Amino acid sequence: MSTQAEPAISISGLRKSFGGSMALDGLDLTVAAGEVHGFLGPNGAGKSTTIRVLLGLLRADAGQVGLLGAHPWNDAVELHRRLAYVPGDVNLWPNLSGGEAIDLFGSLRGGLDERRREDLVERFQLDTSKKARTYSKGNRQKVAVVAAFASDVELYILDEPTSGLDPLMEAVFQDCVREVKAQGKTVLLSSHIFSEVEALCDRVSIIREGKTVESGTLAELRHLTRTSISIETAQPITGLEDLHGVHAVDLDSTRAKFDVDTAELDRVLRYLTRFEVRSLASAPPSLEELFMRHYGRDGHGAELETAQ
Amino acid sequence: MTAFTGTARLTRLALRRDRVQLPIWILSGVALLAATVSSTNQRYPSDADRIEVLRTAVDSPTLLMFRAAPTGSSTGTMAMFQILAFLAVVAGLMSTLAVVRHTRQNEETGRAEMLGATVVGRHAILTAALIVTVIANAVLSVLLGFTLVGNGEPASGSFAAAAAVGATGIAFAAIAAIAAQITQTSRAANGIAAAAIGAAYVVRGAGDALGEVQANGYTMVSAWPSWLSPIGWATEVRPFAGDRWLVLALPLALFAAGTGIAFALTVRRDSGVGMIPARPGPTRAAPRLLGPLGLAWRLQRGTLYGWAVTITLTGLTVGSLGNSLTGDNALPEGAANTINSLSGGDDGNLIDSLNTAMMGFMGMMAAGYAVQALLRLRSEEAGGPAEAVLATATGRSRWLGAHLTIAVAGALALLLLAGVSMGLVYGLSGDDLGGELAKLTGAALVQLPPALILAGFAVAAFGLLPRLTIGLAWAALAVSLILGQLGELFELPQVVRDLSPFSHVPALPAGELTVTPLVALAAIALTLGAVGMALFRRRDLAL
Repeated sequence: MSTQAEPAISISGLRKSFGGSMALDGLDLTVAAGEVHGFLGPNGAGKSTTIRVLLGLLRADAGQVGLLGAHPWNDAVELHRRLAYVPGDVNLWPNLSGGEAIDLFGSLRGGLDERRREDLVERFQLDTSKKARTYSKGNRQKVAVVAAFASDVELYILDEPTSGLDPLMEAVFQDCVREVKAQGKTVLLSSHIFSEVEALCDRVSIIREGKTVESGTLAELRHLTRTSISIETAQPITGLEDLHGVHAVDLDSTRAKFDVDTAELDRVLRYLTRFEVRSLASAPPSLEELFMRHYGRDGHGAELETAQ
Repeated sequence: MTAFTGTARLTRLALRRDRVQLPIWILSGVALLAATVSSTNQRYPSDADRIEVLRTAVDSPTLLMFRAAPTGSSTGTMAMFQILAFLAVVAGLMSTLAVVRHTRQNEETGRAEMLGATVVGRHAILTAALIVTVIANAVLSVLLGFTLVGNGEPASGSFAAAAAVGATGIAFAAIAAIAAQITQTSRAANGIAAAAIGAAYVVRGAGDALGEVQANGYTMVSAWPSWLSPIGWATEVRPFAGDRWLVLALPLALFAAGTGIAFALTVRRDSGVGMIPARPGPTRAAPRLLGPLGLAWRLQRGTLYGWAVTITLTGLTVGSLGNSLTGDNALPEGAANTINSLSGGDDGNLIDSLNTAMMGFMGMMAAGYAVQALLRLRSEEAGGPAEAVLATATGRSRWLGAHLTIAVAGALALLLLAGVSMGLVYGLSGDDLGGELAKLTGAALVQLPPALILAGFAVAAFGLLPRLTIGLAWAALAVSLILGQLGELFELPQVVRDLSPFSHVPALPAGELTVTPLVALAAIALTLGAVGMALFRRRDLAL
């Protein structure tokens, strides 16, 4: 991605605690201008807290936080003219209609693009005459998403914006993100939907317990993890289990399925050619697998150290 | 599975959730009674003392309105005169808040949906709420009864009084149960229930104020309006003066009928919605809505309209009350002294004294509105849309300032309405309409600075201790009412009374206008507001 320009978001060593509990413990995050950045982490990892610090709603205890070249706390109002935010939990005024809420957020943010508003309401199939108290979670989210994308801003901060949307609306949402990216806008997308992050994001940061554990492009992150291989050979395979970096071997004479550390892939394939390869299928690790490896099924991310 | 499956579990859950709240309500009621009984016995040790003060009271419509019609000269009847109507209000508020908390509030927050998906019958939630409320009223009644017996009162009268209070509580619980089915929000349901309690208190007050003095000159029989009010039914039991247990059939019948209606309504409506369906709204926002002030007005106007109607009706009533005391109905000297001391004014025009006392309550209502309006800040912040609003180019000062503007302008408007409505009715009966209008409007407006101190206190609490704002702000209002407006009636020492901002207001129209205290009060209000605003700008949002 373009690194010549100043990053849209630069956070280093961010700390924030509430009472006795540490929410952010030295978090780092850099989002380059013009990129779509995926922000991943399990529930309670500190994603929303980080976003609220970026928005100047919470004050950082320690660390450097830069947002669009300014200070998120001191310059909050000026910064908020240049960004749009979709909260993870969209709360609206029960007695205002969806249309009123969209116009209100647009106006409070400094104006919205009328044509774009009309277009988005149409695409998201939102009934703007309904009172907010009658909206489902998905419809409340649509109101916030429409209000955000109808605003002409430099940065979109989206906190799990699609958790209540159906697959059709999810596709519309992805189109919207691609459109603003094509215009050179920056997007910080916190999400639990891996297919969405894989489809949209240039780079990804994964956080856990208030710290950043991985950050990079998907290709870079994949390099740290395992590729699944399914192979068929002419001669029986031997010695596969003893190779460094090979895991979860399921061997049946001339057929084998196994995972291999991506860094060891080349060496393992060279070894296998001596058995005369008939067919080979390899699957790169999905983001989901990547994520699972970091948090482990036991929730402690024990495999992280071995992978590195 | 029947419609009541799960009721026992839900009842235990509700009791667990209320394990602090309900005991506080109950103990407050008991403490109120105990304090009243002991102070009454001290101040009026002999039968003759009591008869003397009651002879004065029966001539004072204001006192009868706030207390009750006296029924006798014993210590028990004297305590009832002082406190029975207040205790009925306490039981009513405790009951309505509890019922709404465990019904409509559960639905509003989505908890009822989670509960409803478990093994819980259709009627279980409402039944559990009513059971908890009945238990609370029963406990309150038993403790009140023992408190009276412990003070040497006859057991029959003691428990008649206690049962009257408890029965009033459950009667209002039934009203709250219906309100919770009709409305969609707990705010609206609590509003309807509180209005019902207020109306019942006022109707009973009218019945007592218009009551007939008996031949002995110190007991009364209330007029017919008392029989229209659940609080009136409590006083009509006449504890220690006949113990008319049969009257309790009225609140119990209301409870039975009300809960029957509420259960019928639960069957007819869907979970999560009320009986009054939401109408579609506009698809586009009107230009006047677009901005922090426009939004604050839209969110607050309903509250202000409600208070405006209440304060205007009160002003009209009080204004006409003044008329009834002029001319042939002039009060005896004792009653005049009571009203004069209540108003804090010197001896003078009795009507002015009455109006002065009333202005204190008008100021209290304006303060109540301002506090309620400012607490909207907290509900918008806690799990509300404030997070999204403050993430737009709306600064914290503008957001808070918009709500503050509505609260202050609203309080001013309410006091103007109070002064004009009182002055209009009172002035029309005399020959100096313009003069009375100006005098009473001015008298109403001097109540603005102390009302603003309570508003400033609410803002300061919001800035410093956001999670405690609601409790602190209402507590400050209640303390000001008890120390200020009612301090004289409770015979509190002047130093204690001076803690209420309302104790420092010039006693208009009875007394002289002095500017210094008003300026000082306004300065304190401004300081509190500015400090609150500065603290809010510096703190984390407490979402």
